Amino acid sequence: MLRLVARRLLQLIPTLLGLSVLLFLWLNRLPGGPASAILGERATEAEVARINRLLGLDEPVWVQYGRFIKRIFQLDLGTSTQTGRPVWEEFTLRFPATVELSVAAMAIAIVVGIPLGYFAARRRGSWLDVTAVSGSLLGICIPVFFLALLLKGLFAVNLGIFPSYGRLSTGIDATKVTGFAVLDGLLTGEFDASWDAVMHLVLPAVALASIPLAVIVRMTRASVLEVLGEDYVRTAESKGLDKRVVRARHVLRNALLPVITAVGLLTGSLLSGAVLTESVFTFGGIGSFIRTSIDARDYPVLVGFILFIALVYVLINLLVDVAYSLIDPRVRVH
Amino acid sequence: MSEVSKEQSAVRVPGPASAPGEPVVSKATGPAGADGSGESGAPFLSVRDLRIHFSTDDGLVKSVDGVSFDVHAGKTLGIVGESGSGKSVTSLGVMGLHRSANAAISGEVWLDGEELVGADPDHVRRLRGRKMAMIFQDPLSAMHPYYRVGSQIVEAYRVHHKVSKKVARARAVEMLDRVGIPEPHKRVDSYPHEFSGGMRQRAMIAMALVNNPELLIADEPTTALDVTVQAQILDLIRDLQKEFGSAVIMITHDLGVVAEMADDLLVMYGGRCIERGPAEKVFYEPQHPYTWGLLGSMPRIDREQTERLIPVKGQPPSLINVPQGCAFNPRCPYADVPKDGITRTERPELKQVGTGHHSACHMTQEQRTKIWTEEIAPKL
Repeated sequence: MLRLVARRLLQLIPTLLGLSVLLFLWLNRLPGGPASAILGERATEAEVARINRLLGLDEPVWVQYGRFIKRIFQLDLGTSTQTGRPVWEEFTLRFPATVELSVAAMAIAIVVGIPLGYFAARRRGSWLDVTAVSGSLLGICIPVFFLALLLKGLFAVNLGIFPSYGRLSTGIDATKVTGFAVLDGLLTGEFDASWDAVMHLVLPAVALASIPLAVIVRMTRASVLEVLGEDYVRTAESKGLDKRVVRARHVLRNALLPVITAVGLLTGSLLSGAVLTESVFTFGGIGSFIRTSIDARDYPVLVGFILFIALVYVLINLLVDVAYSLIDPRVRVH
Repeated sequence: MSEVSKEQSAVRVPGPASAPGEPVVSKATGPAGADGSGESGAPFLSVRDLRIHFSTDDGLVKSVDGVSFDVHAGKTLGIVGESGSGKSVTSLGVMGLHRSANAAISGEVWLDGEELVGADPDHVRRLRGRKMAMIFQDPLSAMHPYYRVGSQIVEAYRVHHKVSKKVARARAVEMLDRVGIPEPHKRVDSYPHEFSGGMRQRAMIAMALVNNPELLIADEPTTALDVTVQAQILDLIRDLQKEFGSAVIMITHDLGVVAEMADDLLVMYGGRCIERGPAEKVFYEPQHPYTWGLLGSMPRIDREQTERLIPVKGQPPSLINVPQGCAFNPRCPYADVPKDGITRTERPELKQVGTGHHSACHMTQEQRTKIWTEEIAPKL
């Protein structure tokens, strides 16, 4: 198992290196550049040259790339051209909100999606099945920001059950430890702050969960239906095993394999999907910062963001691979 | 002639004490007597008028439509028929494994004096694996791919025996050894995909026999295997049967398999039994054109190479729209043989044609014997 993890980790290096080359070349060939973004359109050539020299943009490409890689390995992502503060600092300020939102959304999708898909398959053709299947179609069809607006209008503005924006109510005085609002409250014993943060999370997380939930319901249902028809399930029944044992031990374990793959892929896309949801609920995540960074051609921020997303993707894929080999002995490396 | 017509009225469903329309079996005493095969003692398994129908979007599929048979302890019943003749569904019905929400089962299955069709499903579940066990056709798909062979056998044993995992594991090793798997103490920890086809089937057999079941149903146990391995597996089943004295049902489309194994034969066509009797009778004095066809399509080493096999022409009937009358009629080469006062829409019932030998054909026994001895037998 350790060897598998080590091998997969080594395989990450060329992937990330390749991505960094692509990123760097792309950024280098872009028209405009930070100088014109900082100085505006009417900048003189001398001023542009000064800024370029200041940012090290006048050196040969390979020198710039070497410096770029070196800094990445030192976890130094550079300075945001917008704010003048280190990219790392900007990220630690904003990423926890996005991660918190994504994790909450994925948790909802998994906790609701897998049982729903499972029971829909077991009671194929029942009202539960029909509701689950058509509901998941609806979940995929509705754009996330539209669902977010609907939820906000109904549950926050009209019914007033949940807060409509932000991560914490203004009156709450929460101590900041990790930046994850719910976790911080639990760590410091400020449970009212935790609860407030959870209430703020509900609506955006539900909105963001809609697509992964729909995918997970459908995957689980299809997969369970397939496994229920397998010969080895009949063999298990022929041994005289209790139906519950057959389902838990022989059906679910096999049915979850494709679902795990889906969860892995969906988690990566959640991080980028969170951007729109965040802006509807003014959630203060990384979303709006990335948008302004694109406008401002804030390369260090963009590069850092893209690398981070890529890293999350490959790490989740690693987890999926490990889960696979834990579940299915046929894919184990010997 | 007089003997046949007498039987015609009395034997619709086997059981001398029963007249048509009356319940064949009285629940208090168990199934009515054996089918006159001269077997002593009550049969271990008695199936009476078993029907398994599936309602589908296309109509009612009558997979099994009134099948009756007995199997005695220590004896082997071969069930023969083409794909879709209902032989597998029959065996699944006996085991209570006809899994489908839209399946309707009727009739009676008596296992060692207990009726199972109307019994509590949980009670039947507890009999499964302990009193009756099953070997499936393709051991690769029938074994769980994610669990070790040993733990699958352990699981089968511990359902019915309250023993520790260690004791059950020792039992699994013992069973693997018994079915001829080399180094069983090592192989017990292998996964099914690490076994060869023959070894997988041996492991399947070990799994089925781990609780010493008194009834073993083998559903095409050798179809997925090489010919050389087939013979080994059949030998193994026969040895184990002798050792444990179990009743065996061998389901196959391969007459070669049942020729070696079976004491009695049941030939199925279109969800019904069309001929039934002691194996040597059915092999040497078959009384149904379909059985002739099966025998004619069986390759034999001693046959002249210039002779062609005689296939049964046409397709097996759809089980949704089973032809009225004789289901075999559209494919029967003797459909035009004149039959006294019988219309084509009349369905032939099983009639006794010899000791324990029954056939469902409209032709008279004289007509059939003549065709068999003059036309069919010389060609085989």
